[in-house]
Amino acid sequence: MKIQIHSPSHYITDLRYPWSRHLSQWPPELFVEVARGIHRNVVRFISNKGRVYALKELMTPIARNEYNLLREMEEMGLPVVEPVGLVTNRDEGVSQARSNFDLVGDSMDMANRALLVTHYLEGALPYRIIIQQGITMEQLGQMLDALVELLARLHLSGIYWGDCSLSNALFRRDAGLMAAYLVDAETSEIYPTLSDGQRGYDLELAELNLAGDLMDLEAAEQLPKGADPVELANSVVDRYNKLWQELTHDEIFEPEDQFKIEQRVRRLNDLGFDVEEMEITTVDDGQRVRMVPRVVEHWHHRRRLNSLTGLQVQENQARRLLNDLSRYKAFLAEHEGRDVPEPVAAYRWLSEVFNPSLQNIPTDLKGSLDDAEVFHEILEHRWYLSQAAGRDVGQAVATEDYINTVLKRRKAGNFKVGDDPFVKTTKR
Amino acid sequence: MASIKFDNVVKSYGDVQIIKGLDLEIRDKEFMVLVGPSGCGKSTTLRMIAGLEEITDGSLYIGDRVVNNVHPKDRDVAMVFQSYALYPHMSVYENIAFGLRLRKLPKDEIDRLVSEAADTLGLTPLLDRKPKALSGGQRQRVALGRAIVRKPSVFLFDEPLSNLDAELRVHMRAEIANLQKRLAITSVYVTHDQVEAMTMGDRIAVLHDGNLRQVGTPLDLYDNPQNVFVAQFIGTPNMNILKMTVSDDGTELKHPDITYKTPDEWKAAINERKGKMVYVGFRPEHIRGEGEHDWKNIAEIKAKAQIVETLGHEVVVHSKLANDDKSIVAKMDVHKTPKVGDDLVLYVNADKLHIFDGETSNRL
Repeated sequence: MKIQIHSPSHYITDLRYPWSRHLSQWPPELFVEVARGIHRNVVRFISNKGRVYALKELMTPIARNEYNLLREMEEMGLPVVEPVGLVTNRDEGVSQARSNFDLVGDSMDMANRALLVTHYLEGALPYRIIIQQGITMEQLGQMLDALVELLARLHLSGIYWGDCSLSNALFRRDAGLMAAYLVDAETSEIYPTLSDGQRGYDLELAELNLAGDLMDLEAAEQLPKGADPVELANSVVDRYNKLWQELTHDEIFEPEDQFKIEQRVRRLNDLGFDVEEMEITTVDDGQRVRMVPRVVEHWHHRRRLNSLTGLQVQENQARRLLNDLSRYKAFLAEHEGRDVPEPVAAYRWLSEVFNPSLQNIPTDLKGSLDDAEVFHEILEHRWYLSQAAGRDVGQAVATEDYINTVLKRRKAGNFKVGDDPFVKTTKR
Repeated sequence: MASIKFDNVVKSYGDVQIIKGLDLEIRDKEFMVLVGPSGCGKSTTLRMIAGLEEITDGSLYIGDRVVNNVHPKDRDVAMVFQSYALYPHMSVYENIAFGLRLRKLPKDEIDRLVSEAADTLGLTPLLDRKPKALSGGQRQRVALGRAIVRKPSVFLFDEPLSNLDAELRVHMRAEIANLQKRLAITSVYVTHDQVEAMTMGDRIAVLHDGNLRQVGTPLDLYDNPQNVFVAQFIGTPNMNILKMTVSDDGTELKHPDITYKTPDEWKAAINERKGKMVYVGFRPEHIRGEGEHDWKNIAEIKAKAQIVETLGHEVVVHSKLANDDKSIVAKMDVHKTPKVGDDLVLYVNADKLHIFDGETSNRL
């Protein structure tokens, strides 16, 4: 028998468990009851050293595939259940389990059978439990939005789910909304990018599965009053398409309206996504500019900014700085009429935008803010100024105004960090 | 109903060609199995039919229509999964019907389609039951009912039995093959398991490294493999393959441990390869011990028994040749089981040889 453990913080190698036996034969006293969804495989839960783990019976190649996929998705920062370990070779080199448990039923052929172990996601619940507790139509809509967002996140990362459903996700309340986590990756596959056919089919499966999930709740008389399973399932397609459109559609604008890039990035950030790259091309004989964002998960921005510029900043700061770097790269490409490689753009952004902006800041005005935070505030200030002016005011003007309005007034004690006096004055 | 045709279809990821110019016709109502080792391109081929993989070059037809750019849902194909979670509060009827309800079909039309599917699957008496009142086999049939009720033109199966235990796998193999015959719907089934391929398919397409190596009935592939790859992939245990040299006059095939007189049917092809190497193949069941055969044309091999697997109805003996690192595998009479280490004299049925070109590995 072989037990692979993914995370050193999880020790589930207790040999008193009858690992070599099929889960359906384990004595019931080993299991704990937790909120759970519908599974097509045998799934049970155990409690070990204060933690709850889900065990799933699968054939070894499928278990190994799911284990590896979950690990990859976790590394990508995607919201998935935490893979803990894989138990294989269960029919090899095992003696009777070192316990006095009475196994249930006759022994079964365990050749090529594996157990996938995942960490039970605390605070997250299956849809059935949430719905049974009673939810409004609005909350049900939030749940569907959360699932759609999860599907879109997977698709952006090149992951084909293959079985998106309410049953295959867990839900957590998140600042008044819902967040969804993938818990079943048995049918998933990772590609460099997904084709429209793959996305479309994944969505079709999601619609069908959701219809089944919701009709089952209807049959159990647990669906909120007035909820139509077919309409709700159909609505998922619209919800997904709208989100995908916002995440990926191209936008055309006049060359001087550079601030529209920032606007678009903000909208995407507000949806919880980040922009890794903006592809800018000229259209209409160079009269206008087409912008296509490349939207990604935010897991890698800190590392990515560091590799491009050497800067060590926080994740959100990195995201902001990378967005500005993308904007500057697009500007350079348009200005010079040729594509600018990313390392070159990063170097030039550092020497032409980032460092000059900070060099102009008097040390005594910076206070306790680090460079990345100051730069972030300048960008914020630039955005407000540009919004008010209806055009991009540029970095130099924004920096100067930021020093004179924000920093000087803040030092004088008139404003707190995070406030922008310009916004306050314009609101007044 | 529909036929499927791949016309010089290429699938690439960047510079890497996964499918290298596939020409394959799947006939209307046919059960075609795509088989090959991991990474051969069989799942990619299936997904191109489903519309999940874009086609880099060439044309794919379903019926008379080129579907290269047709959305998956407009292709009238159904992917069948290994298993489905049945909905616990819904009856068998509702578990089969819910996809039709989603498509907003009229109630009487849903009734008719579910009734037909239930009849085909022998589920009619169970339509009012809930899943918990069903046996394992009945549940699997309800899952199949969910797939067939749509009545697509084409069924696509991607290793659907890979997560089932051996016993249920054998049962479902027969269930799916029989169902396909009853429904007479064109079906494409992907597996890496050549036993599954041999037992289920009307025809089998063997893929290797993105190339179609052979397509034919199970017996075609077994009796007339067109290349060394197919010869070794189809059949358990594998066909024995030895490198042999054609004598300068073409009358013999020589190996340090075995010499054949060139069989008549191969003479013309062998004469073109005088002095060259060829691959000679023979199946394990075409090897016998002393006094265990009545074959007319035989070749004799001396070998030492290394591994003896007694399977009850037969014994499989792996033997080491005296002058070759290769082992050969023989299926022998269970009543004359040799012991490990025994020196054996084995007889190969020379009328059952397969000879392949030494350079191209293709059948002569």
